[in-house]
Amino acid sequence: MAAIGQLTAEGLVKDFGGLRAVDVTSFTLNKGEIRAVIGPNGAGKTTFVSLLCGRFAPSQGRIAFEGRDITTMPAHERVALGIAYTFQITSIFGNLSLYDNVALPAQRRIMLDGGGTLRERAMAALDRVGLADRAQEQAGTQSYGHQRLLEVAMGLALAPKVLILDEPTQGLADSEITDFIALIREVAEETTVLLIEHNMPVVMALAEQITVLDQGRVLAEGSPEAIRADAAVQAAYLGG
Amino acid sequence: MIRTIVLHAAVIAGLFLLEPVLSDYHHGNLARIMVLATYAVGYNMLFGYTGLLSLGHAMFFAAGMYGCAMLIRLAEWSVGPAFLAGVLCALVAGIIVGTLALRTIGVGFMIVTLMFAEAAYLVILYYNEFTRGDEGFTIPQAVRSIAGIDLSDTTNRYFAALLLFAIALIACAAIVQARTGRVLVAIRENEDRVRMLGFDPFRYKLFALVISATMAGAAGAAYAVLFGYAGATFASVQYSIFPLLWVLLGGPGTTLGPLLGTVLMFYLVDYASGTIMPGLAALVETQFGIEAPGLASAYLLLVGVTLVLLVLFAPKGLLGTVRARMIPWLP
Repeated sequence: MAAIGQLTAEGLVKDFGGLRAVDVTSFTLNKGEIRAVIGPNGAGKTTFVSLLCGRFAPSQGRIAFEGRDITTMPAHERVALGIAYTFQITSIFGNLSLYDNVALPAQRRIMLDGGGTLRERAMAALDRVGLADRAQEQAGTQSYGHQRLLEVAMGLALAPKVLILDEPTQGLADSEITDFIALIREVAEETTVLLIEHNMPVVMALAEQITVLDQGRVLAEGSPEAIRADAAVQAAYLGG
Repeated sequence: MIRTIVLHAAVIAGLFLLEPVLSDYHHGNLARIMVLATYAVGYNMLFGYTGLLSLGHAMFFAAGMYGCAMLIRLAEWSVGPAFLAGVLCALVAGIIVGTLALRTIGVGFMIVTLMFAEAAYLVILYYNEFTRGDEGFTIPQAVRSIAGIDLSDTTNRYFAALLLFAIALIACAAIVQARTGRVLVAIRENEDRVRMLGFDPFRYKLFALVISATMAGAAGAAYAVLFGYAGATFASVQYSIFPLLWVLLGGPGTTLGPLLGTVLMFYLVDYASGTIMPGLAALVETQFGIEAPGLASAYLLLVGVTLVLLVLFAPKGLLGTVRARMIPWLP
């Protein structure tokens, strides 16, 4: 893995008052990989990826995307560059139709670099998650599982280079999780995926590399096999 | 899409066809209502669609009104250029106030807009040498014409008001049905999510505010020209609250709600101040022997009660409730 990182962070620190929520010395996400970020509750996973996608400004440190320093770039511009984030708490637009939900990111992508009609792009995103036949239904009335899928479709409609998924399988049924794993594998063929996940079978099925966070620091990093064998990880997280 | 166009065309045609059949009284009222409804349409762009509650829109209405009226009075401009200058004043005010006020959110935004509007109101009072302050000034009938059309004539005035309202309504419907409108509604629902879909919310909110201020200014300038009067009352906080009431009553985030709300509130105030409250005062006097002269003019009491009932039982307003229960495609 001598490849140059697509998304990198150095000396990244985020303080909330006296609490140091994130303190990551070095992080490198390589193009095309599926990376899982795991760690116990309160380990700083969501804060960490929020720094990467620009929802929070770091207290210290640098972030670079494809060789360009994006540390002070506002979130919406990072999205335009190709870093998409899907929310842990489902943040679809409940009062709008499924179509309108994916049309928003699709129209943004068209504004940025043209290509395709809005309808084509929006329907393609819904189609990928299997919700195309519900396009005109109201998003808020959908089942929780469908809302999670819609959230992912909104990320896909941005045609991102890096897709950050924050606990995408939380609250999904087992059958839905199987479909979800297949979907992410397919997405990963053209997109780098950074996944925060609690569900260890999902992590083991998908991740090529795992970063373990504990108390804001990187506790371990490596292949799923190496992480599973790591004594420190077991002590901190996997339950020994 | 087609039924949306048909609906708006039907409303405009209906207002057109009403002109010859209305009595003088209702004829005058409806002309005034259409100008005020234009103001409400603008307010709805910001409040109903984008979710930003301004408590200072009277400053934009007044910017249009004074921008137009003072140029006519002091610089002897003709109506056409003065009207356009008034609209431009409101647009510029929208850009300046928006750039500053949109740094705040929620209650902060309400307070900042309120303060700007208070400052504007006090400026109008302070320079009463030019503005005539509270008393205001009239615009002589002789100059109130454009391209040879006498705008003080009631029929011409009615059609001018209708033209203004129709332009605002069509502009509003076009914007909210377009891609920009989808982003505005999404900002109302969840601004953070919109940012994470790659849009800069500030730019869209500023756009909505400037459009809103421009429509308010056009209504203010038209009011001065069509009814021949400009006064500081129109810059007072009361005139910032009115469009909020009209929009809340008719249905925030519906294209036709502002018109419906303005019509109903106008006649409610009219009926309350002319019939209900004086009747109530008379009743109190005959039944209890208490003289209550204040009660006869306390029509705002009834307006307040209406507002409370509305917020409690129909927070989506009339057309918002109709849309939720009966006609889901209502724009």
